[in-house]
Amino acid sequence: MSLLEIEKLDLSIGKFEILKGVDLTIEQGEVLGLVGESGSGKSMTALTLMRLLPDLAHASGRVTFDGVDILGAPEAAMNRLRGNEIGMVFQEPMTALNPVKTIGEQVAEGIRWHAGVNRKDADDRARAMLDRVGLPESKFPLSRYPHELSGGQRQRVVIAIACALEPKLLVADEPTTALDVVLQAQILDLLRDLVDERKMGLLLISHDLAVVADMAERVTIMRHGEVMDSGETGRILTEKAHPYTRQLAEASTHVPERTPLADGRSERPLLEVRDVTRDYAGRRRSLFSKPEPFRAVSGVSFALHEGQSMALVGRSGCGKSTLARMILALDRPTSGSIRLFGDELTTKSENDLRPARRNMQVVFQDPYGSFNPRHKVERLVAEPLHLLETQPSRSERRERVAQALAEVGLSAGDMDKYPHEFSGGQRQRLSIARALITRPKLIVADEPVSALDVSIRAQILDLFADLNSRLGVAYLFITHDLMVARAITDQVMVMHEGEIVERGNTASVLDNPQSEAGKMLVAASPDLERALERRRFARV
Amino acid sequence: MTLFLLKRIAIGLVTLLVASMIVFSVMEILPGDPARLMLGMNATPEALDALREQMGLNAPVVERYISWAGGMLTGDFGRSFTYRAPVIDLIAERAVVSVPLALIALTLSTAIAIPVGIFAAARRGKLGDTVSMGTAQIGVAIPNFWFALLLIYVFAVWLRLVPAGGFPGWSGGVWPGLKALILPSIALALPQAAILARVTRSAMLEVLGEDYIRTARAKGMPRRKVLWRHALRNAMIPVLTILGLQFAFLLAGTIIIENVFYIPGLGRLVFQAITQRDLIVVEGVIMLLVASVILVNILVDVAYALVDPRLRARS
Repeated sequence: MSLLEIEKLDLSIGKFEILKGVDLTIEQGEVLGLVGESGSGKSMTALTLMRLLPDLAHASGRVTFDGVDILGAPEAAMNRLRGNEIGMVFQEPMTALNPVKTIGEQVAEGIRWHAGVNRKDADDRARAMLDRVGLPESKFPLSRYPHELSGGQRQRVVIAIACALEPKLLVADEPTTALDVVLQAQILDLLRDLVDERKMGLLLISHDLAVVADMAERVTIMRHGEVMDSGETGRILTEKAHPYTRQLAEASTHVPERTPLADGRSERPLLEVRDVTRDYAGRRRSLFSKPEPFRAVSGVSFALHEGQSMALVGRSGCGKSTLARMILALDRPTSGSIRLFGDELTTKSENDLRPARRNMQVVFQDPYGSFNPRHKVERLVAEPLHLLETQPSRSERRERVAQALAEVGLSAGDMDKYPHEFSGGQRQRLSIARALITRPKLIVADEPVSALDVSIRAQILDLFADLNSRLGVAYLFITHDLMVARAITDQVMVMHEGEIVERGNTASVLDNPQSEAGKMLVAASPDLERALERRRFARV
Repeated sequence: MTLFLLKRIAIGLVTLLVASMIVFSVMEILPGDPARLMLGMNATPEALDALREQMGLNAPVVERYISWAGGMLTGDFGRSFTYRAPVIDLIAERAVVSVPLALIALTLSTAIAIPVGIFAAARRGKLGDTVSMGTAQIGVAIPNFWFALLLIYVFAVWLRLVPAGGFPGWSGGVWPGLKALILPSIALALPQAAILARVTRSAMLEVLGEDYIRTARAKGMPRRKVLWRHALRNAMIPVLTILGLQFAFLLAGTIIIENVFYIPGLGRLVFQAITQRDLIVVEGVIMLLVASVILVNILVDVAYALVDPRLRARS
């Protein structure tokens, strides 16, 4: 008998059907990858087997864990199971821990609850568990609070909580999606080691085929609440027999066709950044010492030419976004110079910056948070027009909005809709339309596709490529995802602790990185082909 | 933490200074001449002038402010000319009634509101929630003086359990005094409790939707345990804010309630002083109220820091 057997699971919440006839099994000590795009029902499947569903949810079918009928078990039995037999790790480490309790309390709590041991023994076991997940006592005593830890460290605490009682099954719902690639690789290694040494089953939920290909022996692919395909990972992802599997695999390795502009590299660069440094006031160590400044960006210089597409890659916190903010003149450097068309930006007043702002626009990561939900698309997309010297008439304005919408593949009729009427991918198209409306020469895109599903991501990358070839817009792509950098840029700069440590042609840098930081990024980046290669190799 | 406390106290003192200037200047520009009020409409200009001189009303504004504020620092709040007694004595005499009244009301409202709020949040959408929040809605809407009259009618006139008003003083023992304060403190507390219960409920509901609640549930903790161990402390932060704000309203509320119940407290003192243009008493009582609100705010800030380690770190 399998450790976990899910048979013909149906789930509805209110009127909505969430899961339809889901079948899934996990053997003891096995890693199963559960893959799907947002809304496919993978998280709901996990919450069903924990029985932590929302109030209105109704599940039917059969879920058997280690001989226990999960759907029929009384709540008290579920409480004995949760945390003890089944542990769970969540996506968002920043909010998964209680901010007012120490990490020691939070790890020890479950141990005391299930094992019925006294405080001292529970603390000892919590200590051992935290040591095991890579949080040694010297730097991470039990008395630390979550806010004193970084995202990756917090995720380690969550893993410690989930694994403290050596559960038979670990459920990890997108455990690394909120982390940068280097942290992702570390956390995945940790999960793999824990699963191996404790013979746990692991249900790894992810939208990322490469991650799953790397980790899971078997994979189940879901879409719209139904299982599309399932089986042995290497075979499923190599043969791609199911059309949806093929579609997902193609989308996640999609490289848009680009016709690089004829190298009419003008003598004068579009954007010139020279020796830019940004210090932030640090924390005062004592009442009398001067606070030591924190250097977020340190002596960065580079030039970007018209029509060029450049990637700025690096781990989270390396200074990428600070640099972008300075280029966009949303923040001023402590020292150094930033010129757009040879025009110095760092010393200009807000009013004198208007022409520059017309020429550079921004696209942010989150297509949900970057629109005022109470305004219509016409107003949202037309927003940057206030930068123009002469304000267009109403009909002119509508015409320009219509044109911008057409360029991103939306229709003029969408103008009178509200943002909530659009999907995530369409919203990202809207933010690109908004960026395009002043006919900028430069678009700074801060992780523009990392919140999107792979198939949508492929479409948006195509759109970026198309606009680049058609309109000659130059891009500065800020990303931690090397696949994106590879797909859409000619040049790449690797940033590490505020400095540019490596730069060059995208393909050559990413194929053969020279700097330590570059090597680390490349090694940590999940890669579907490489993972499948390894799997084939392991089988032989 | 010590640094944090010192900083808060320093800010409090500056606030008190600014408040004293504002109180003093407002009293300056208000119409009404205390000397004329004391002597009546028929007083001769010479007598008025002599009295003004005697009361120090002729001195320059700055000089008068300094002597007034400086006096308060040494416990000299001036002399009331209607009561013909030192203001500090009047205040002390009334404070022994008003301070217990406010404290009882505050304790009562917290003791009712927080459990009700938690209860309603735990039973969201169920009958218990609907009934308790419906009651709270009525509590918010009813003016406290009307509610006070209702209480008097039921408990004093009809059931004859407690006196309808007045205050026998503490000299006859604690119980008769407390008995006289029961109805007024309920009248003060219930509307406050209604608001606080709603705030507690919504704060709890918000916290219960947080990710870390799910983490705690995934550990196998039953819903109720999670509520007490994980949700409550996090939900206390907005509740403390409202509690701090309510204290100021509670003090203001005593003016009406003390009049309804005929209780010789600070509220009645300030009310009578205003009608008689006894400005020096008004100033003294207001400054005392300002000081106590500032003190409560410092206490609330300290409580924040105790509840939330992130605030401790920042301070």
